[in-house]
Amino acid sequence: MEYLSPHRLHLIYFSAKFLFEYKQETMKTFICWALLTGLISFQGHVEVIKWPALEEYMNKKDDKIKVINFWATWCKPCMEELPYFEQIHREYKDKNIEVLLVSLDHASMTDKVKASLKKNNITAKVVVLDEVDFNKWINLVDTTWSGSIPATLIISNNNTSKMFYERQFTKQQLEELILPLKP
Amino acid sequence: MNSMIMKKTIALLSLTFLVVSAVVLSSAYKVGDTITDFKLKNIDDKLVSLSDYKEAKGYIIVFTCNHCPYAKAYEDRIIDLQNKYGKTYPVIAINPNDAVKYPDDSFENMKKRAKEKKFPFVYLHDESQSVAQLFGATKTPHVYIVQKEGVKNVIKYIGAIDNNYQDAKAATEFYVADAIAALEGGKDISIKETKAIGCSIKWKE
Repeated sequence: MEYLSPHRLHLIYFSAKFLFEYKQETMKTFICWALLTGLISFQGHVEVIKWPALEEYMNKKDDKIKVINFWATWCKPCMEELPYFEQIHREYKDKNIEVLLVSLDHASMTDKVKASLKKNNITAKVVVLDEVDFNKWINLVDTTWSGSIPATLIISNNNTSKMFYERQFTKQQLEELILPLKP
Repeated sequence: MNSMIMKKTIALLSLTFLVVSAVVLSSAYKVGDTITDFKLKNIDDKLVSLSDYKEAKGYIIVFTCNHCPYAKAYEDRIIDLQNKYGKTYPVIAINPNDAVKYPDDSFENMKKRAKEKKFPFVYLHDESQSVAQLFGATKTPHVYIVQKEGVKNVIKYIGAIDNNYQDAKAATEFYVADAIAALEGGKDISIKETKAIGCSIKWKE
């Protein structure tokens, strides 16, 4: 449904009109324009995903240390620690540390998630996990997770070890856990 | 050099803290455990204990609160549970949240919410948070079904009410209702433990 948002329909309409009126001579301009629009809209993009996509990401073996934080816009302690995850992202994104913010807001609240990210200047990757049947996947993240948020899963590079925490963090606490994992 | 030692000490201390808290958490009640009775203040200012319910076969103990969206989403379903099973398995709702951190969850606001929603069950204030700590409750809503076995109160189920917080009609598994039905029928509960996302209990500092 998201692919047929008014914004996209608008885009399709004008692209068609543009093509029709100016035909191929202006094709080049059109491509540039489409690319630009695409890039701009991508920045505020929040992907809504299902459990298998997250599981695949969690099991990926690469040279990145993965910091996966479970949060929601209505969760006060989550919103308090979100800036620290953003700081980790900004400081270490080029040093093989990858931050993924998994929102547990209901998928129908994705606009609220986007607004909250904008307000808090979050540039780290964010996904909304659209899985309300919690009992099906909580244990697969970690068997010790009782289900409260905030919660954070830290996976070492090449997936050799996992650490799970059902608590709120400060930036320093995060660094103390993450940095020793660096090879 | 000194700052290195300091950093290492801090890291070690935080690690110790994490290990200690993990140990404390693991002392939480599990299915099959016998629970200790408690005495908490209800919204009518009277003290309530499990032993007050002479006729009950057991209890549906729900850690819940006013502010949490999940707790709110389940309010009507908790009311339904009391209306359906209240005579034999009364709902004992307990709010364990620190009202300093969440003024919405103060005793006064509990009274207000109960009145607005016409709660047919007791709504107890765990002001010292000792009952939530004893249970090892971590979030709201967090359900414990307890059955009377002679003089003992034994935990039979821990977890969620059903498998769709957002939409009661879309739920396909009714954990609490099924557990009560099994207990009433003298059968074994098939799903004794479930997990759900909830708001972390706000502990006092």
